[in-house]
Amino acid sequence: MSEALVEFLQHLVNGLSVGTIYALIALGYTMVYGVLKLINFAHGDVYMVGAYAGFYLADLLLPGGTVQGDGVAGAMVRALLVTMGAMVLCGLLGYLIERLAYRPLRSQARLTSLITAIGVSFLLEYGFQLQPWGFMPIEFPPGPTPRFFPELLPRVALPLGDVNVSNYDVIGLGVAVALMLGLQWIVYRTRFGTAMRAVSFDPQVAGLMGIPVNRIISWTFVLGSALAAAAAILNAVPRPQINPLFGLMPGLKAFVAAVLGGIGSVPGAMVGGLVLGLAEEFVAGYTASSFKDAIAFTILILVLLFKPEGLFGRVTVEKV
Amino acid sequence: MLRARVLAPFALLLALAACEKKKPSEATPSGAAAATGAGAAPAANAPLVLGHVGSLTGNEATFGDSTDKGIRLAVEERNARGGVKGRQVSVKTYDNQGKQEEAALVTTRLVVDDKVQVLLGEVASKRSLAMAPIADKHKTPMITPSSTNPKVTKEGDTVRPYVFRVCFIDPFQGTVMAKFARETLKLQRVAVLRDVGNDYSVGLADYFLSKFKDLGGEIVDDQSYKAGDQDFKAQLTAIKRKKPEAIYVPGYYTEVALIARQTRELGLAVPLMGGDGWDSAKLYEIARGALEGSYFSNHYSPDDPSPRIVEFVKTYRARHGVVPDSLAAQGYDAARVAMEAMERAPDLSGPAIRDAIAATREFPGVTGVITLDADHNAVKPAVVLKVEGDTGKFVATVQPN
Repeated sequence: MSEALVEFLQHLVNGLSVGTIYALIALGYTMVYGVLKLINFAHGDVYMVGAYAGFYLADLLLPGGTVQGDGVAGAMVRALLVTMGAMVLCGLLGYLIERLAYRPLRSQARLTSLITAIGVSFLLEYGFQLQPWGFMPIEFPPGPTPRFFPELLPRVALPLGDVNVSNYDVIGLGVAVALMLGLQWIVYRTRFGTAMRAVSFDPQVAGLMGIPVNRIISWTFVLGSALAAAAAILNAVPRPQINPLFGLMPGLKAFVAAVLGGIGSVPGAMVGGLVLGLAEEFVAGYTASSFKDAIAFTILILVLLFKPEGLFGRVTVEKV
Repeated sequence: MLRARVLAPFALLLALAACEKKKPSEATPSGAAAATGAGAAPAANAPLVLGHVGSLTGNEATFGDSTDKGIRLAVEERNARGGVKGRQVSVKTYDNQGKQEEAALVTTRLVVDDKVQVLLGEVASKRSLAMAPIADKHKTPMITPSSTNPKVTKEGDTVRPYVFRVCFIDPFQGTVMAKFARETLKLQRVAVLRDVGNDYSVGLADYFLSKFKDLGGEIVDDQSYKAGDQDFKAQLTAIKRKKPEAIYVPGYYTEVALIARQTRELGLAVPLMGGDGWDSAKLYEIARGALEGSYFSNHYSPDDPSPRIVEFVKTYRARHGVVPDSLAAQGYDAARVAMEAMERAPDLSGPAIRDAIAATREFPGVTGVITLDADHNAVKPAVVLKVEGDTGKFVATVQPN
């Protein structure tokens, strides 16, 4: 392989690996927006909480922070337990956020919910920066000093010629695609999905038809938040630094990814996330790396200017 | 980002309001005392206060923690010998969580509410830059133990009257590493990876780059990242293609360790090089061996056999159970320079102490003999350390020209 090709492929792998994370977070955004028409700006911080949930669980299950010789199977079981646990905890958090912060304001103007979302976001970000409370059995809240995620699975390099791919990249992409397909199945093939789409279409009429609107919305939040936790674990294992503010940027970028794909669309979020990851990687790799963070927002502006419904979105006509 | 930027002023206002509310209960007694006898000592035996602003938590938590331990050790030793001008010295430390705005906030608090005699801090240049104007404005002398960016003590061509440092500056540190890379390691092709949001890192990268080129080397790539980034593979993949013999990464330990790991993950086996921002026990812990064989410039080496250093390492170890990193040593030196100046000063007003600090000559510090020049910088040698296992092994001492 020529050097230029190797470099290109390496960027491709790196971009997909980052894009997977954006895609998974974007799935949560898109679902909540699809059902409620609410941009849940606290979603990035739920992702952050997911990483910490995983961190504490891993600490309980594997003291010492490294995999100790009980084989790949043992490590897999533990990784799965940590991920599932974090997803359950985050789902619970999503439920609480919806129940306490959004539901009481649902009848108010849409802007009110947006402001509450920002409030929840700050509560999580700055709440997690407090010094640990003495009465907690674990060091919680974690405080502003970054923590380093333990290695749940040993890293295995899968060399493809000169291109470096690791098992993390493969697992990440695999899990993301599986979750996307699962979500698509839920939305279009289950009773719950049908109810979700009905609520999204018109919550009032759906309620009149006997659909438990509140329960559907709660479950949407639970599902979206659990996805954020999965994204957090997939990100934190290969890139182990976690801190209370690290959900901010990925949260915003995932929002851009959701808009790019057409907010409300599940495959759109996936494609949007991967495209954004690749765009960032190629821009940083082939031009100046300081443009990296600007790319997401450039894309946002361009999409809003030229194709506001996004790649997979449907054009809606606003009736006046 | 956008959201944080828009809302940050409000958050700051809230924080200020919170401080304002707290202030009366805390400051009334001392405020009243200051009102009765402005200038004259309110109580002849009240302890003299050194105010320390440091990052005890946050991304660079070990910087503030080590410095604080160094300062406290120096103060304890001084107090055991009778203190300064017959009075005991106390240290008041505020945490800034590694944030600039927080550093400015607590500096004001130390100067206005706590009326400290001397300010000590910060390690990070960008936070010292937030503190310096406040020190000048309130005529409170400030000594930074380890901020190496030239702008800390000098604004354009004017020297900041109240701001000093007890360490060397980046032009020296950057050129030391460039010379070492070129002359000792005989490297020809080096790539640079700098933290664009950090005055320290940008400064070091610039000085390294120009010296390395002067000496006939080639900078094959100049990439950047931002503190808090998780993924550096785009930059590292681009760097790898250029086939450098080493990468100069003058950042702080948290990111450097992650960069080192991702460098190895991409199959790039060249050594990394950096500056004193690497110096932390956490560096080795996070890097998990990825930095083996890398080099960084530093203020001192705890392996140095000179009696002053041996003695300091012994007492610090007895007190804290760990080998002092250079930030602890610098904190120790900064506090000693401050206390010695307070002893020499005719009175304890800000300007008098300032003049005494400015007159510091041939002070026997742990990190070298400290003589403050006209720009308020200490002229001291640097050392180059090589990462071996979980320590930096001493390789060379480089004298300033």
